[in-house]
Amino acid sequence: MSEIPSARPPVVAGEIAVRGVSKSYGAAQFRKAVVRECSFKIEQGKLTVMIGPSGCGKSTLIRLLAGFEQPTEGSITLDGAPISGPDRDRLVLFQETALFPWMSTWNNILYGPRARGELDRGTLEFAEFLLNKVGLREFRNKYPGQLSGGMQRRAELARAMINNPKVMILDEPFRGLDAMTKELMWEYYSRLYEENRRTNFFVTTDIDEAVFLADRVLVMSNIPTQVRAVIEVDLPRPRRLSDIVESDRANDVKKQALSILHTEAMRSFSRGSKAAADFVDAYLKRAGRA
Amino acid sequence: MRKPLRSLLSSPVFWRGAVSIVAFVILWELGARSKQWMAPELFVPLKEMLGAMGFKKDYLPWIGVVPAPSTVLIAWIAVLGQGGYWQSWYMSLFRVMSGFVAAMLIGIPFGLLLAVSRTAQGIGFPVFEVLRPIPPLAWVPASIIFWPTQELAISFVTFLGAFYTIVINVLGGARSIDLHYFQAAQSMGSSQWDIFRRVILPGTLPSIVVGSAVGMGITWEVVVAAEMISGGGSQQSGAGGGLGFFIWSSYVGGSYEQIVVGMISIGIAGFASSELLRWLGRYVTPWLRVR
Ligand SMILES: Nc1ncnc2c1ncn2[C@@H]1O[C@H](COP(=O)(O)OP(=O)(O)OP(=O)(O)O)[C@@H](O)[C@H]1O
Ligand SMILES: [Mg+2]
Repeated sequence: MSEIPSARPPVVAGEIAVRGVSKSYGAAQFRKAVVRECSFKIEQGKLTVMIGPSGCGKSTLIRLLAGFEQPTEGSITLDGAPISGPDRDRLVLFQETALFPWMSTWNNILYGPRARGELDRGTLEFAEFLLNKVGLREFRNKYPGQLSGGMQRRAELARAMINNPKVMILDEPFRGLDAMTKELMWEYYSRLYEENRRTNFFVTTDIDEAVFLADRVLVMSNIPTQVRAVIEVDLPRPRRLSDIVESDRANDVKKQALSILHTEAMRSFSRGSKAAADFVDAYLKRAGRA
Repeated sequence: MRKPLRSLLSSPVFWRGAVSIVAFVILWELGARSKQWMAPELFVPLKEMLGAMGFKKDYLPWIGVVPAPSTVLIAWIAVLGQGGYWQSWYMSLFRVMSGFVAAMLIGIPFGLLLAVSRTAQGIGFPVFEVLRPIPPLAWVPASIIFWPTQELAISFVTFLGAFYTIVINVLGGARSIDLHYFQAAQSMGSSQWDIFRRVILPGTLPSIVVGSAVGMGITWEVVVAAEMISGGGSQQSGAGGGLGFFIWSSYVGGSYEQIVVGMISIGIAGFASSELLRWLGRYVTPWLRVR
């Protein structure tokens, strides 16, 4: 529809630097370190994927990046400036949908501009463009409860992009979608990224997702989390799922990441008999119930 | 206009309800007419046995003395023409509405204030929690003394009935709004006021609706009892005493049919106000309708 270039603000890609960040919760003997001396970069204009075992502290790191919480130690900067709180230049898509259930798709997308009093003609045109882009033109007046899981995720992408953030942060956004929808969303999302090359930071526990989407993969250790390895995924773009499945390079990356993750899993298993005991407990409980 | 009627007539829910009500009325009619059901003489042996155990009084309800629905209907038609009956309706309705509206007007902002401000909660919540367990009816004597007119006293007690429920629901509703909504709104540059208006308020609305519906039910319970206890305010104001007083004076006057008329009237009034609220509730929360 309105593909007027002037309606789309230029993409400004930011770069985030995480330096020696630690985060722990609780006081004294209840203190629990979740992130420990973690350092990495989210490079400008790249799609960085963070993969780590479940419960290692990925969402905690994201809350720090978004500015909802402050690190206990270390610094996080966006283009050199320290992050002091939540801001429209770093928008997060959470694990669960955070679309406002009481607003139509259209009003959800316009939430940010309206909140900042920036609702002019250009913004409306951009919103219209994004609505088409995410394929929800017919669903403009529907409430989130009337959309499927995949549609909700797309509406949320549009709601974030209209604010033209310098960095998009996504926390396992496709968890809980069925396999089919998930693959469609991968292709869809990577096309979106390829079109505007915004800085993206994508967190997942799914190795296939990581390899298909990433320019760089950060493999995380167990809790308290740190970066164990950085793998550059130099596969050509635009990517298609069928190409990736057959690519040897993709399989190499996958094996590399998996072996690190496996070591991490084994280490956590042997480190504390507590974890092993929990595992056995949970197993017995489930067996008992069945 | 015709279409909803037809869908109503073809709905099994409607027919099940209708059959249940008709069957109830028929059983009641038969029971009352027989003058036999649970009549004392049927239970002579049992009674003697219990008498031997030390029970002296009749202990079973005697449906035979309950007025039959047909006679209730006749009594009803008779009072329909009387101003006093309608005056009772008006009085009770007025008290319910004034108490309920006041509870909404004060309870919703108060609940929201407790939810958004830690300071307000620290100051307001302890008093609220101490007063809350006191049943509204326990307030009747005190409020008759404290309020200048009996009318105000009854409305106040009615207000209390709805107030606590509404506040608790608003507070709980606002508290249970997912943290992610606030985080998303904050990230997109919402001001505090904007978050309140566009996140907290709509997020609490479903709980406000539920709280109001429950509060409305309590309001009817309270108003009827308060009218009975206080004598319906008829002495001072000279006006009719409300449906509660209507029942009470029918009892005192020995008109059993009118007691039942009063009871059914309250049933209808309570049902109608709940339906109205449900309808309004659906109207203000359209996103819950479209699942
Ligand atoms: N506010 C908090 N207070 C105390 N402990 C916390 C807090 N937030 C997180 N944790 C702890 O940090 C650990 C990691 O949580 P986090 O949600 O960051 O993991 P995750 O990697 O995102 O896991 P998942 O893959 O399941 O989403 C959890 O075990 C939790 O106990
Ligand atoms: Mg997580």
